[in-house]
Amino acid sequence: MSTTAVKGPAVTSAAPKLKTSAMIASFADPGQKTASAPFGHALVKAAQENDKIVGLTADLGKYTDMHIFAKAFPERFFQMGMAEQLLFGAAAGLAETGLVPFASTYSVFAARRAYDFLCLDAAEPNLNVNIVGGLPGLTTGYGPSHQATEDMAIFRGMPNLTIVDPCDSIDIEQAVPQLAASDGPTYLRLLRGNVPTVLDEYGYTFELGKAKVLRGGNDVVFISSGLMTMRALQAAKALAEHNVDVAVVHTPTIKPFDAATVLAEVNTDRLAVTLENHSVIGGLFETVASAVVTAGLGKRVVPVALPDEFLDAGALPTLHERYGLSVQRIVAKVLAELG
Amino acid sequence: MTATHGTNTESVMPVQTVQDRAAQNGVTKERVEKISAAAYRIRHHALNMGEVQGQGYVGQALGAADMLATVYGDQLRFRAEDPHWNARDRFLLSTGHYAIGHYAALAEAGIVPVEELETYGSDDSRLPMSGMSTYTPGMEVSGGSLGHGLTIAVGMALGLRYQGSGSRVFNFLSDGELDEGSTWEAAMGAHHHQLGNLTAMVDINALQADGKTDTVLRTEPVTEKWESFGWYTQRVDGNNMAELLQAFDNAAAQAAAVGRPSVILCDTKVGRGVPLLEDREKAHFMRIEEHEWQTCREQLTAGYEGKAAR
Repeated sequence: MSTTAVKGPAVTSAAPKLKTSAMIASFADPGQKTASAPFGHALVKAAQENDKIVGLTADLGKYTDMHIFAKAFPERFFQMGMAEQLLFGAAAGLAETGLVPFASTYSVFAARRAYDFLCLDAAEPNLNVNIVGGLPGLTTGYGPSHQATEDMAIFRGMPNLTIVDPCDSIDIEQAVPQLAASDGPTYLRLLRGNVPTVLDEYGYTFELGKAKVLRGGNDVVFISSGLMTMRALQAAKALAEHNVDVAVVHTPTIKPFDAATVLAEVNTDRLAVTLENHSVIGGLFETVASAVVTAGLGKRVVPVALPDEFLDAGALPTLHERYGLSVQRIVAKVLAELG
Repeated sequence: MTATHGTNTESVMPVQTVQDRAAQNGVTKERVEKISAAAYRIRHHALNMGEVQGQGYVGQALGAADMLATVYGDQLRFRAEDPHWNARDRFLLSTGHYAIGHYAALAEAGIVPVEELETYGSDDSRLPMSGMSTYTPGMEVSGGSLGHGLTIAVGMALGLRYQGSGSRVFNFLSDGELDEGSTWEAAMGAHHHQLGNLTAMVDINALQADGKTDTVLRTEPVTEKWESFGWYTQRVDGNNMAELLQAFDNAAAQAAAVGRPSVILCDTKVGRGVPLLEDREKAHFMRIEEHEWQTCREQLTAGYEGKAAR
């Protein structure tokens, strides 16, 4: 708080409480390099090259960066109103006519509210319908109505659906044209607004369906997706100061899962940790666990994930600390595991 | 026929019988006879399929046969030998369980061979009990989970219009589907986007799975609902060929001209054309005994040929 200057030294009995920020809080750290609305700009760029691409939203264009596309291609943008069943049914209809729709809303509404429409109208006929879901996992402090903590758990059981959990602006920019080019339905866990730019420092390119080793390390291997890859990289640097050498494997495509790359990294003597911005049920941890068991590996895997609970409302930094997604909590967990 | 046109000035004109209007606008005797014959064959196919299967939604198929005959025999632009022809009109069966009637119509249209109908509902058949686009040529969508069809139709109509296609989209739905909120999301969306290339046809048989519609969830007043959602709304006897043809003609002319979606509300009778079934206690899934199928066919033919039913 900055109003204490005229009163002399602040006398506070307790630290001031952080406030819940606007609907979509940026999770970029202060001073971090970011890109503005990478999804919106990537979709415009893809649409310039592919005239079949169209955009839809359900009264959340401004909040999913779809407004960038709507402004660039007003005749190719369809506002469907606050009607998610219509949004995805219509997206399927557009795809039936040969177009490539990207349809945006919040992840909670796509996964919880419109599942039947996505499942039967888009996935069963394997149409090129691209779902763009804002506020995945814990990226808002608004509470369970907006926190899609189980979206991947819901969507992983849908046949034909490709699921992408991007880390940063690089992932999003490179994923959009690949999602448009892939035949069946896709789900993108959208990061919007000022999105951190992280992966440019790792000689990385996004390839749909591929996991990538971002850095090697002898003591611990992190398997991560989404914004937790950013945290994994930060935690790896912090752990180096404790003389712990950490490898980081980024697996932005959750389904189909690149088990070969991940298992090769897991099947070592290193401590294996999964990190995801999602419930511990049904997301990356269980995806890795099932791959490990299927391959017959007797390997312990430690999850860093949201608990199987409805989460609190509050400020994002508070909540990430409370539920174990912060760098500090990751470091503490790894050190405890290593004894 | 209750044609309700909202602000249309036609409502102040002297009352005409539908036959008058039909004559005036080209609903000729030839058109009526052609469609009546098609409807007869569709009903006959449906009874045969029901007999092979020993069950099925025969009551609904008989009730909706006239609607299906009109749309396939008179309205829809398609190529039987090329069901995916790009310039075709789209017919979306939202009510997957009406597939028995739809397959009969596809056979009548020459898209599915008549001989194949006897595989209805059998293992490995292209004609499953509930209609699916991935199984059957000419089936545009997978119905079954009710309230989906009109949302897909909105997207198709938008997509076709955006691509400069003159194709029209017809969505067949049932009055039971009016229970589903998604139907009304789509109704709003179609009006908002001024989809004159979209026509919905609602089979109002006043029956759904748990009983009569007015005891399950009251949907009336249906006409006023669609009108207030901004659709060009007509309500007709869905078992009267002249009324159906006139309504489709009106829909084509007026809805397209003003960029307004059109709905034809069709009151139909479950089991229509077979007195034995018309008089039977109405049920979503009608039981027909093994020995009754031949009687059903004989009654159907007698009715069509204008003889007294046995």
